[in-house]
Amino acid sequence: MSSIQQQNTFDWKKTLQIGLIGGAVGVLIAMVGMVEEFNKRDIIAGTLTMGWTILSLTMLVTGLFAARAAASNASSVVGSIVAGTIFGAVMSILVWIVDKYNIRDILVNASPTLVKHLTFEKGIPNGLFMLIGLGAAVGGLGGVIQILPENIRRAISLGLGIAALLGLLQEIIQVSLANFEGASKAVEWMFGKGTEKGLSLAGAILVFVVVAAGNYLWTGNASKISAGFEKLPQSSRKSFRWLGYGLLFLALIYLPVVLGLYLTEVVNVTGLFILMGLGLNIVVGFAGLLDLGYVAFYAVGAYTVGVLTNLSGELTLNLGWNFWLALPIGVALAVLAGVALGVPVLNMRGDYLAIVTLGFGEIIRILALSDFLKPHIGGSQGIVNIPPPGFLDVIIKTPQTLYYLIVAGCLLALFISSRLRDSRLGRSWKALREDEDVAQAMGINLVATKLLAFATGAAFSGLSGSILAIKLGTIYPHSFALLISINVLALIIVGGMGSIPGVFVGALLLAGMPELLREFAEYRLLIYGALLVVMMQVRPEGFWPEATHKRELHAENAEPQAEGGAA
Amino acid sequence: MTDILTATGVTKQFGGLTAVNNLSIKIPDQSISSIIGPNGAGKTTFFNCVTGFYTPEMGAIHFRGNRIDGLRSDQVTQMGVSRTYQNIRLFSNLTAIENVMVGYEPHLKTNWLDAVFHTPRYHNDEKAAHEEAIKLIRFVGLTGLGDQIARNLPYGAQRRLEIARALASKPGLLLLDEPTAGMNPNETVEMMHFIRNLRDSFGITIMLIEHDMRLVMGISEQVTVLDFGEKIAEGTPKDIQSNPRVIEAYLGRGAATEGMAAATGKPGKPH
Repeated sequence: MSSIQQQNTFDWKKTLQIGLIGGAVGVLIAMVGMVEEFNKRDIIAGTLTMGWTILSLTMLVTGLFAARAAASNASSVVGSIVAGTIFGAVMSILVWIVDKYNIRDILVNASPTLVKHLTFEKGIPNGLFMLIGLGAAVGGLGGVIQILPENIRRAISLGLGIAALLGLLQEIIQVSLANFEGASKAVEWMFGKGTEKGLSLAGAILVFVVVAAGNYLWTGNASKISAGFEKLPQSSRKSFRWLGYGLLFLALIYLPVVLGLYLTEVVNVTGLFILMGLGLNIVVGFAGLLDLGYVAFYAVGAYTVGVLTNLSGELTLNLGWNFWLALPIGVALAVLAGVALGVPVLNMRGDYLAIVTLGFGEIIRILALSDFLKPHIGGSQGIVNIPPPGFLDVIIKTPQTLYYLIVAGCLLALFISSRLRDSRLGRSWKALREDEDVAQAMGINLVATKLLAFATGAAFSGLSGSILAIKLGTIYPHSFALLISINVLALIIVGGMGSIPGVFVGALLLAGMPELLREFAEYRLLIYGALLVVMMQVRPEGFWPEATHKRELHAENAEPQAEGGAA
Repeated sequence: MTDILTATGVTKQFGGLTAVNNLSIKIPDQSISSIIGPNGAGKTTFFNCVTGFYTPEMGAIHFRGNRIDGLRSDQVTQMGVSRTYQNIRLFSNLTAIENVMVGYEPHLKTNWLDAVFHTPRYHNDEKAAHEEAIKLIRFVGLTGLGDQIARNLPYGAQRRLEIARALASKPGLLLLDEPTAGMNPNETVEMMHFIRNLRDSFGITIMLIEHDMRLVMGISEQVTVLDFGEKIAEGTPKDIQSNPRVIEAYLGRGAATEGMAAATGKPGKPH
């Protein structure tokens, strides 16, 4: 390969390749029925549907890739336009075939409606030209975005992303904001008059401009702002920080009131995943121990609480304990299970560890399902009648009351895992993740360090499971399928391995969003898979990667203060 | 002078292959000594036996009078033996300072509860580890690079960072596995001064595996030559340079003494 020569000339082969791949993805999206199904939903009322958003996004990404493969700025844009045109052409060929021949026997979604959608209802030759033109335009836009400076690029993509998100969630936002009298006018302007779905065009532009400009100004001045903040005397810095915590606390308290029943339930589901994610993040993200059977600890927590508190009269144990008594036992048993898994796998690495933990997760689920344990934990019928606990005078049953319990759990896990991360243990875990042999040669006790990671991770999962038991009031073995482990692992990867804020981002994306977009549940796993593949290719470090701590300069500036800080 | 490390009759086998055969070495306290030999002579295997990576089948290794062969590598480190690696093995996604702080691990007492509740023990430990790291980063000449991710550091800086990490455990004996591999002559001379300075500043014993003969001859008080896992010579650099068995091992029969310096890193072993 003469790579030096290629830099000066336009790489037609690569551009063609990218265009064809993009087109193939477009065809796939159309053929699995996503275009048709998603076109039922508007992002911008009357202007842009969700189906077209996804297609355009694919075109945009195709353009981005094509531009990235090119050497100079001019050839970037040309390349992206060419790739976009090829995208459009591939789609057009599909539309033409679907229109001319009936292939619905094989591909169910190759319907006349699809043709109508993809030709903008303008008929065959004209619509196809429009499709190709759109491909060229959006692909070219991708190329232009690619050559922009990074801060502008980030501002634009964030603006587009937030606008699309608001359009997508319009109905839910509108319903929750309807509680507030003063907001109704603004809501009407942003989202239209209720009958329409999605943002109004003006609203979409406003959101885009505000978010993009805000982000641009923020990234431009963030270093100045933080420098100014650092200059403040320590006492006022501290009080600012506490003010921030206070506001956040108030926001957390009032959140369920603002969100209403449905959204609070979504937040609760997300919260349980955050709790598990924080735990698995310690095991996989910090210590690098790939655990695919993480759901086991979730099950142990849930079943412990179920067995100890239920009063159904169908099980051998009929204790009817108080939830608050059962909760620490659930967590403790999960920790025990964590250690029990940890001991045999101490000497295993990578693939072997993954397979054994996978087996462990399945063993726990199958035990729960077994006839052998049926008298004690209910077998396939599970445990019913888990009574809701009380706290002072409140019975924790509604999503709003459960919300506070889940938030408390998440805050506790957040506190513990960030404290551990910044300690000797966190460093040992990360060293273990980077190179196990060398970590041991640095004097790290592998047995203790690994078991602590498993135990802490299991504790958070057990806590999450315990709360799940009272949230559902009933637990079945199939609530603890392998898919949960995979979900939690995926949310860590998408958020950013080893990153605590990444867990929140990942949980919102992979647990919260699917909950909000239930009508498209059919495509959930497909989108999941695509997201993971794209993430690994484009942004393997995750949406919110693990931050590195600046410790050198800080130490030099703060040396006189170190005493005061430690006291 | 007392001996800080004594190995007697150490033998390490891999299947049918004897990597180290009946090797006995005495290392005087606060000395700089080198192990040389062609590739595959068993030098690194011996280091691995000393540091607990391998357990030798026969023989014994004593450090400061305590037997250390058969111990786990973390236990050996706790006793005061520390090392670097032939192919740099830093914790590549941690910062330089964090790498050194991990090296300080044997001196930390913080447990899970201390870390969560920020007890005085946690603060003391973190402060001590951090100060030690800053000090060592400065000592190895990486001031200003402490917050860089280790894998982003230039090659020479990575070598020195690895030494800083090894020093953080406050070892009595430091094993350096080819500290100048991949360095140009200037950098090699710099490394030579650095190693000597290291010994004088910290009062530690240093053992090297090296291919660069100028470095070995310029710095070592004692040189041990291995070939096919066996010790073929031992003595001062002068003795070694004129030893016919050494020259034979390196350059083949009949080669001249002057050739040795040029043979750095490329022993003429037939394939």
